Amino acid sequence: MPVFVFGGKMAKFALECACCNCGMATNKNISMLLSNSLATFGRYCIFLRRVFALPDRWRETFRRTFAEIMKLGVDSIPLVLIISVFIGAVITIQMQLNISSPLIPAYSVGLATRDIVLLEFSNSILCLILAGKVGSNIASEIGTMRVTEQIDALDIMGINSANFLVLPKIAGLVLFMPVLVIFCIATSYIGGYGVAVMTDLIPVSKYLYGLQALFNEWYVWYGLIKSLFFAFIIASTSSFYGYYAHGGALEVGKASTDGVVSSSVFILLFDVVLTKLLLQ
Amino acid sequence: MIEVKNLSKSFDGRTVLDNVSAEFYTGKTNLIIGQSGSGKTVLMKSLVGLLRPEEGSILFDGRNLLDMNREEVKKLRQEIGMLFQGSALFDSETVLGNVMFPLKMFTGNSYAENRERAMFCLERVNLKGAENKYPSEISGGMQKRVAIARAIALNPKYLFCDEPNSGLDPKTSILIDELLSDITHEYGITTVINTHDMNSVLGIGENIIFINKGHREWVGDMSHIYNAGNKALNDFVFATRLFQQVHDYVSSHGMPQK
Repeated sequence: MPVFVFGGKMAKFALECACCNCGMATNKNISMLLSNSLATFGRYCIFLRRVFALPDRWRETFRRTFAEIMKLGVDSIPLVLIISVFIGAVITIQMQLNISSPLIPAYSVGLATRDIVLLEFSNSILCLILAGKVGSNIASEIGTMRVTEQIDALDIMGINSANFLVLPKIAGLVLFMPVLVIFCIATSYIGGYGVAVMTDLIPVSKYLYGLQALFNEWYVWYGLIKSLFFAFIIASTSSFYGYYAHGGALEVGKASTDGVVSSSVFILLFDVVLTKLLLQ
Repeated sequence: MIEVKNLSKSFDGRTVLDNVSAEFYTGKTNLIIGQSGSGKTVLMKSLVGLLRPEEGSILFDGRNLLDMNREEVKKLRQEIGMLFQGSALFDSETVLGNVMFPLKMFTGNSYAENRERAMFCLERVNLKGAENKYPSEISGGMQKRVAIARAIALNPKYLFCDEPNSGLDPKTSILIDELLSDITHEYGITTVINTHDMNSVLGIGENIIFINKGHREWVGDMSHIYNAGNKALNDFVFATRLFQQVHDYVSSHGMPQK
């Protein structure tokens, strides 16, 4: 049973007893697993401390943050729009098919679509998708800089390379993620509206009424707050794996994969925690 | 001047540098030579602070790198220029952007002043006209010259070069060697070059430190390298076929008449 653990080397680690193939977990392996996980977490904390040091040149940090907003955020808008419009349409169709009862009002389709998009799709699912696009981009970019000694060159110049490279990425993605979430919400509803207009599954007026019925404003804030956490997770975790990549192209690819997988797992974990904290 | 005293470094219990001492002189081209895996890159990385040795001291004009706090190291690093094996140019910046980068980060000068200094450095390495190209658009030799221009942009006191000739043809290698030697003498820099290229050793080796299996095996200059009387050094020097054939010829026929 291969076990995923926070750390490149540990991904190969198995809990099974290696000596007799009995499938039993050994205490030695478990303690090794725990100590390696803790060591990786410790390294991540030290990395974050370096990232959040005061920048040497604020103007350069602002310039780079703006560039990262364009690269990581604005360049993701087309992907967000395409995914959102189709998923919005699909959610509307599925809601209509599953809520086809004379006892349930027709506007429930719009209402359910709205709440699914607000509560889960526009933040958690969107961020899982962006973890693939943005996370792999960050990890491979920083990983390539590491293996081609560009990060060493920064360190030799006396520049805090973690702060210089990673802080603008985290700041850029965290600042722009709410904009992507709002784009996602709007285009998902447009996708559902398209279904209402182009098919006879649900009357347009009922769909529009459903979108507005029993509206809870907190759901919007809930989605936006979650997206900030997820943006931080994507940028920091992917940067961490890229920053500590070593070797060649193979290791950069592995760092990229580890970054995406870890980001996704932590997004799901924090989704549960934040939902419990913010909705109950 | 840089003095290294009793430096030791090991990885996972394997000793890579064992009690190495050496001196690198100001205004001279100091070469660290040795076979691959002999420990010269570890020595170079220890000198610039990328690796921390377990024992010993590294004195930059009397200041011990290993006793410095973070701020002091940061300040020292602004006196250091480094040329990496793979050039380590920033892909996202143009040639001019790469050379202007340290100036932009540390001088506080205006854009025009930084540009003027960067253009001067590019001219010094014969790269005028290539300033708007990206690293991917220029040859390996040109990339090395851009990296040299970037390394000297802040007028460093110490210049470190990690295998500056790797991946270059012999003619371009000689050009890079001559450039490094000229810059060293012109600006009075303490230049430390890590190499296993015998052309460099015989061309610009004013102070040569031969590292073998983590030990400092021999110290001298290029005029003494043939009659050093050190077996490990002889094996290293005469490892290429050309040198071997010249060696065999001279041994059997004596030196040819001019």
